Amino acid sequence: MSASVASLRDALVVRGGFPLLSGVTLELEPASMSVVTGANGAGKTTLLQLLGGLVALSGGSGVVCGVDLGSDDRRALRRRVGWLGHEGSFYDDLTVRENLHFAARAMARPIEGISSVVARVGLEGRELVPARLLSAGQRRRLGLAWLLLRRPELWLLDEPYAALDDEGRDYLDALLGDVVAAGATVVVSAHDALRRVPTGTRTVRLVGGRVAGSA
Amino acid sequence: MIRVALLVARKDLRIEGRSRVLLWQVVPFGAMALLLAGLALGPTQAGHSSAAPGLFYLVMLFVTLLMVARSRAIESRPGTRASIDTLGLDPASIFLGKALALAVELWVTGALLLAGTVVVLHTSLHGTLVGAPNVVVTLAALAAAGVLHGALSGSSEGAATLLPMLSLPAFSPLLIAGERAYSAALHGGALWEWWTISLVALAAYLGLGVLLYGVLEES
Repeated sequence: MSASVASLRDALVVRGGFPLLSGVTLELEPASMSVVTGANGAGKTTLLQLLGGLVALSGGSGVVCGVDLGSDDRRALRRRVGWLGHEGSFYDDLTVRENLHFAARAMARPIEGISSVVARVGLEGRELVPARLLSAGQRRRLGLAWLLLRRPELWLLDEPYAALDDEGRDYLDALLGDVVAAGATVVVSAHDALRRVPTGTRTVRLVGGRVAGSA
Repeated sequence: MIRVALLVARKDLRIEGRSRVLLWQVVPFGAMALLLAGLALGPTQAGHSSAAPGLFYLVMLFVTLLMVARSRAIESRPGTRASIDTLGLDPASIFLGKALALAVELWVTGALLLAGTVVVLHTSLHGTLVGAPNVVVTLAALAAAGVLHGALSGSSEGAATLLPMLSLPAFSPLLIAGERAYSAALHGGALWEWWTISLVALAAYLGLGVLLYGVLEES
């Protein structure tokens, strides 16, 4: 358990009396990529939220980035993870630059890094465009820029491939490969197995809130 | 704490400024409500001035409820909420930032509506200016109470109806104190005892918000 970025043992998450995750046991190694697959309602998003300290553990045990999920200090964990949702993870009424400026200032990161991050995700020339006017692919890139600026230890990406064209998927594959190579741990949720996964990627299949298979 | 609070306040105000909801929807709504109230009071000017403080704060109550709902909506989308949560910002700072932004919005709306009371309800300009500092404090207290009760009502579908129900009992002493102070400024009378209530309420809601906002947001 000590070397793992995340370790779950029989994790249970209950909301409104309904178990969203049940008996999930999982280990995430540092600098690795994992893909969580499953149908709608399988518990993919809830698993990512649990790993990010965004939902409470109802039973079992878990340690993520050294923080015990059973403790009341989930805020300490949240600062160490980054979240990208498929619906966008920023403020629609702020421009690209303003969103990144807010993220950098909130995390006490230097704002000088914004330009290089914008260039890295290919949004040069769109810094002054409000997020709501970006295409689906560009919104995903803005979300990635937000994460690159924050440099979290654990990246949690909820269906990041949804609504992306082939070019966008290739770009995301390459970027996540670089992120893992740089030492971060990445967990991605997807409806189906990815078309192309980096070597060493682990796939966890969820069915009805339980782990039905892992490879 | 202050750095993050100012960051949050600037962000909320920038978003509000860009959406222009305050300018094009809330202020016209308030002005229309004041105008209709003036018309309902009849053509004679005699009762207008005495009713003005109560009407002003009634309209500001509606405005506050609208703006609290707007303030909540900024982070209501699940992805945005998760993203902000993973910034791990201090909840007390978020509360202070959101309360400051809401207070600024209420001050702007209040200033325009006070001018409206002079024109539509024939209040004296001098009395309005004397009462203005108390309006500033009362609206700041309303903002702090509003943000706190916004967190209490949550982000569920029922929040829109739950918010007025939860907040009206808390707002009432503020509105009464504000109305009394404004009346005293216009027509003479003891002003300082109402000032005390407004200041104590402001301090109490700021303290409660700093202590409880994180707990309410988590629950």
